[in-house]
Amino acid sequence: MTKFIQELVNGLTQGGLYALVALGYSMVYGVLKLLNFAHGDIYMVGAFVGYFVLQWFGGPTALAVPVPFVILAMFLVAGGGMGALGVAIERFAYRPLRDAPRIAPLITALGVSFLLENTMLLLFGASFRDYNTSAFIPYSTEIRIGGVHIWIVQIMVIVLSVALMYGLQVLVTRTQLGRQMRAVATDREAAEMLGINVDYTISATFFLGSALAGIAGVMAGLAFNEIYTLMGFILGLKAFTAAVVGGIGSIPGAMLGGFLIGLAEAFITGYVSSTFTNLIVFGILIVFMIVRPTGLLGRVQLQKV
Amino acid sequence: MAVEPKDSPGVGVDEWVARSVERKEYMPGWRGDAQRALERVGWWPRLGLAAAVGVFIPLVIGLNSFQTQVGIDALLLAILALGLNVSVGWAGLLDLGYIAFYGFGAYGFALLSSNQLNPPNGIHWPAYFSIPLVMIGAAVLGLCVGWPSRRLIGDYLAIVTLFFGEAFVEFTNNVAPSKLGGPNGIFALDPLHGFHVQILTPTGYFYVLLALLVASMAVLHMLDTSRMGRAWRAVREDPLAASAMTIPVNRVKLMAFAIGAMIAAMAGAVFAAQQTSVFPTDFDTPYLILIYAGLILGGAGSLSGAVVGGLVVSIVLDGFLRSPNQSGYIFYGVILVTLLLKLRPWSRVAFVIVGTIVFGFIVHAIVGAIWPSATAGITGANNTWTDLHWAIVPANPVTFGNICFVALLCMVVVLAQVHHRWRTILLIPTLYLAACAWEARLSQVPAITRLLLLGAILIVVMAWRPAGLLGARRVEIV
Repeated sequence: MTKFIQELVNGLTQGGLYALVALGYSMVYGVLKLLNFAHGDIYMVGAFVGYFVLQWFGGPTALAVPVPFVILAMFLVAGGGMGALGVAIERFAYRPLRDAPRIAPLITALGVSFLLENTMLLLFGASFRDYNTSAFIPYSTEIRIGGVHIWIVQIMVIVLSVALMYGLQVLVTRTQLGRQMRAVATDREAAEMLGINVDYTISATFFLGSALAGIAGVMAGLAFNEIYTLMGFILGLKAFTAAVVGGIGSIPGAMLGGFLIGLAEAFITGYVSSTFTNLIVFGILIVFMIVRPTGLLGRVQLQKV
Repeated sequence: MAVEPKDSPGVGVDEWVARSVERKEYMPGWRGDAQRALERVGWWPRLGLAAAVGVFIPLVIGLNSFQTQVGIDALLLAILALGLNVSVGWAGLLDLGYIAFYGFGAYGFALLSSNQLNPPNGIHWPAYFSIPLVMIGAAVLGLCVGWPSRRLIGDYLAIVTLFFGEAFVEFTNNVAPSKLGGPNGIFALDPLHGFHVQILTPTGYFYVLLALLVASMAVLHMLDTSRMGRAWRAVREDPLAASAMTIPVNRVKLMAFAIGAMIAAMAGAVFAAQQTSVFPTDFDTPYLILIYAGLILGGAGSLSGAVVGGLVVSIVLDGFLRSPNQSGYIFYGVILVTLLLKLRPWSRVAFVIVGTIVFGFIVHAIVGAIWPSATAGITGANNTWTDLHWAIVPANPVTFGNICFVALLCMVVVLAQVHHRWRTILLIPTLYLAACAWEARLSQVPAITRLLLLGAILIVVMAWRPAGLLGARRVEIV
């Protein structure tokens, strides 16, 4: 039972990260019908930005300011910075191809992903960097549930990711910007004819999605300590699948998909084998994508002639 | 700006008409004349001519062992790009698991030509038996991947196949280490052998690959001009319309998968035999990107484009970047050629080149006067730039080079935004930054530079000339 709860918490932590990254995929896919391969790498760059903010405040062992302030600063800088990066990528790589055949922006996205990864590799090397979170948030700050010790950072990741998703859901369903996004996602030309600034809306979508990915990157650093330049690729793949599992374009769907994949991974690692985790998860995902490509909460889309 | 969706069935965009000689868009001036002259020669004579050039290059120039290896890698990549062209270029299926078929071919050949299976003697089948077997196996695997994914369109197919590619690497790394060797791979493979002949020298493999390349081109050309080739392009342009014209869309897609997989497996088998070993890391994503870069640069959908793109990418990125003496020539040469091709009129080209040189000397003099250590660096053994007092290379070039590189990226972004006079003027510091970043950092880490350039090729080609270098630009007929 103890092990079960432990794996449950691990799965939810990982799942929260998947869900946050999946949201970005889902939103971008919604407005542009583009699978943004670079999204996972934005998450990676976000983790690095958080790391350097941490270093700037004196490093994990000698923080100059209170811990909550540092964490807030990490989230804000990584979120804002990655949002800006996402907007820049959209502006320079994807916008010129908006009317091109669909395969063209996909290949560009592949190129952007590769460029980001290797730029980071050039600048910061291939070695792992360590957030060393336990130095400023010791493992002893924990919550005990029936003999299970849950580190406060894991709680924070789960709670914060759910809160962000709820905030995004409110933004998309209740605000003017959200309405514009939904309009662009439904029919870009019609939205443009109705006077919606499509370019602005798409930029805003990229900003929000990338900011969430940046925040997820910082969370990953805090919760799992180690960050490296290739951490984004596989995570991006799984997060996109999370978006698909939940039903692409749907925010609760991305959340559900993220948590499901995180839990599946944690339980496979805990109860079956850690060697084959990726292989089994890939297998499940392939089968799922083939059997039900519209996802759990997605609607079947009719192909228009 | 008028919104014209091109992913929907475009009105009047007729691929067949565009492909016919009369309606094709030719380049202006002498290049168009050359194009037309080339087209008057038939396809088969042109293939024969290209093959003859390939045969005579090693005989005439006398390649050394490094150059032969570069040639082998280039031919391999060209064959792989050809195979990828079937699914990506012709059938329009974004297959990101392509590398797994290559790996399958290599591993299949390795198992059939080593001591891994059936110990202690192993299996040592001759190549004329094992390679066709591996190819058939890959075709079946391609059908297995393609069959369930046949309903998936576009991005879903991309992600499923990408998972398949990743799963292959995971599989070879983790499953059955006693047979597949895990991360250590399989080694001590037989060379290609059969009919009492063994191919042992790199030159031998060069010719084997050349023959395979020519043979694949011939087969693919026949396919391209056959019913199947037309069906592929019809499915690419509009699956719905194609199925309305009684084309069996799913079967046609599966054929594309299977044929691409066969070609990849064939290349993989020869690769394994030549390297006499296989490792999971040989089949990782960067190599997939390399194949894509070759295909995209050459022009997806064009046979000669795929081959030329594969050769160019492999020779330039693998061959020249690996040797630091030559990489500089390539770097400045590519910049110069791009300037000459893209900038008009000539006065502007001259202005930019002279301006960059003068700008460099001025900046170098100023920085050197203020802060002497900033220009004290020496990069590489036979680097003459420091003596020229032109590019800034500090004694500790890493940080400076990184800053230059980031600044260069920013400048490129700015350049894309401004026009006319400002673009010409800003081009000068951008080029200078590129030179500094290159001298201080990029030329020192060819492995990373190579990957950076691959990413850049994909982005730039897609934005600038989506048809690639040799792909036929299509004319829209309204």
